[in-house]
Amino acid sequence: MNKLSVNGLNVWFGKQRDRVNAVKGATFDVAQGESFGLVGESGSGKSTILRAITGLAPNWSGKVELDGRAIGKVRPKSFFKTVQMVFQDPYASLHPRHSVDQVLGETLHLHGFRDIDARVVKLLDDVGLGQKFRFRYPHQLSGGQRQRVAIARALAPEPELLLLDEPTSALDVSVQAEILNLLADLRRDRDLTYVMVSHDLSVVGHMCDRLAVMKDGHIVEILDVDALRSMKASHPYSKQLLEASLG
Amino acid sequence: MMSTLLDVENLWVRFPSRNGVFDAVRGVSFTLGRERLGIVGESGSGKSMTGRAILRLIRSPGIVEADQISLDGTDLMKLSEKDMRAVRGQRISMVMQDPKFSLNPVMTIGDQIIEAYRLHSAASKAQAYAKSVEMLEAVSIRNPERVMRAYPHEMSGGMGQRIMIAMMLIPNPEILIADEPTSALDVSVQRQVLSIMDKLVKDRGMGLIFISHDLNLVADFCDRVLIMYAGRIVEVCDADKLHDAKHPYTRGLLNSLPRLDVPRDRLDVLERDPEWSVALSVSARV
Ligand SMILES: Nc1ncnc2c1ncn2[C@@H]1O[C@H](COP(=O)(O)OP(=O)(O)O)[C@@H](O)[C@H]1O
Ligand SMILES: Nc1ncnc2c1ncn2[C@@H]1O[C@H](COP(=O)(O)OP(=O)(O)O)[C@@H](O)[C@H]1O
Ligand SMILES: [Mg+2]
Ligand SMILES: [Mg+2]
Repeated sequence: MNKLSVNGLNVWFGKQRDRVNAVKGATFDVAQGESFGLVGESGSGKSTILRAITGLAPNWSGKVELDGRAIGKVRPKSFFKTVQMVFQDPYASLHPRHSVDQVLGETLHLHGFRDIDARVVKLLDDVGLGQKFRFRYPHQLSGGQRQRVAIARALAPEPELLLLDEPTSALDVSVQAEILNLLADLRRDRDLTYVMVSHDLSVVGHMCDRLAVMKDGHIVEILDVDALRSMKASHPYSKQLLEASLG
Repeated sequence: MMSTLLDVENLWVRFPSRNGVFDAVRGVSFTLGRERLGIVGESGSGKSMTGRAILRLIRSPGIVEADQISLDGTDLMKLSEKDMRAVRGQRISMVMQDPKFSLNPVMTIGDQIIEAYRLHSAASKAQAYAKSVEMLEAVSIRNPERVMRAYPHEMSGGMGQRIMIAMMLIPNPEILIADEPTSALDVSVQRQVLSIMDKLVKDRGMGLIFISHDLNLVADFCDRVLIMYAGRIVEVCDADKLHDAKHPYTRGLLNSLPRLDVPRDRLDVLERDPEWSVALSVSARV
């Protein structure tokens, strides 16, 4: 069964003369437990697809289904128990004056959990930070540690689908490896479904089962990771992207 | 034997603070010929400080110390600030990691490029305009006339970086220090910018210091590579041999990269040895 199904999704910004059609007729399915990648040049509409799914891009048309049920314009609270997003920039995505404890505690409170203390402890362990980070503020954390906090926050409501927007692009490769291992472990242990945006084809190749190649708001091709690894893209643009990334 | 453009010997960058002195660069030595010299390492390893120190662009309270930073026989450490300004404009150019900070926010891009150009040549305004448009085209900016009229905040990061490269190339410098010049660019544009720099090294005999955190890119593009860790050079190698590097830090970085051709369940995580930060810097002088 499909966890997520996107059909003929259009997303636009602005009105009339200033209208930008950022996503045009995007169609793809993501199976329960699958990890699905979105690749393409900057500005091709990858983030906008994720943002439209979570309701951060209000102007959209088409059909988006979660567990077979269509998503309306207004997302109920239960939606965010199922779907969470992790952003690229671990520096911008955490409030500078909120401690790790506050960030996680408030998120848990918002989602109606009672045993907040125990859950904060568990979340910190799950993302490999541990208790000594609990009362730190973002400026006391490295980029990788911040991204772990952002992942812990996303995990707090026990979601089933994680939307990951370039989660390691701002990190050193050594830290990227730690975060990608963490994400792989979490997916296995919690049977999570991922949609992951990256401009790095080798990251998507490592993390995903299938991927969509985007150009100018269109999905030009969907291929599986074996086709990616053996350079067997069929659309000329995906071929070009593959060749460019190999150098 | 390749001619040496720049000879850096025992370079230190120190930041005094209440809690003692922090050494951001520790005893780094290297030469630069008419080549593409890569500097790689994780963030915080001292790459940018090394590049800036050559131009004596370290802000107070930072201090630069070196036995010598010799440009064609002139020790830059001994120059007055006034003479140093001439070196910066004419002989050594640097593309900064964050181009937005290097452009004047209240001046159009065109006026800035034209001004930079006329500082170095007796060209008329019309000639300077034509040359500027040509430079923007050379860095693959699609609509150069429109960009000439635009202000820096209207540009994306990638555009800003290309504009900076265009400006830096106008005085025809002997040495270009490029600090992560392509990190914000898409692969296709990245290739174009690299080929522009490549052409300058080949055709004009420019020396290029190419700072990057991207090991594959540096292995591909450069001739020689310095690998930095905690302010030191831990290893020097020919770029095409980077994938056979010996130092456990370099090996650790390489093995932490996912690869399309070698699928793995888990990525290797770097285990840091405290020895790496106390060992002496390896010399990269030839
Ligand atoms: N808030 C916004 N307002 C106007 N245009 C936007 C906004 N967000 C994104 N866009 C535009 O939508 C297009 C797709 O952007 P995005 O989804 O961020 O691309 P990607 O993530 O692939 O780099 C781009 O042309 C971008 O300029
Ligand atoms: N003004 C400053 N005061 C103290 N330390 C600084 C200052 N500027 C940079 N540093 C430190 O110098 C080290 C090297 O920085 P940098 O050369 O920018 O690293 P890289 O370019 O390799 O990421 C870092 O640990 C950084 O925190
Ligand atoms: Mg994006
Ligand atoms: Mg730097």
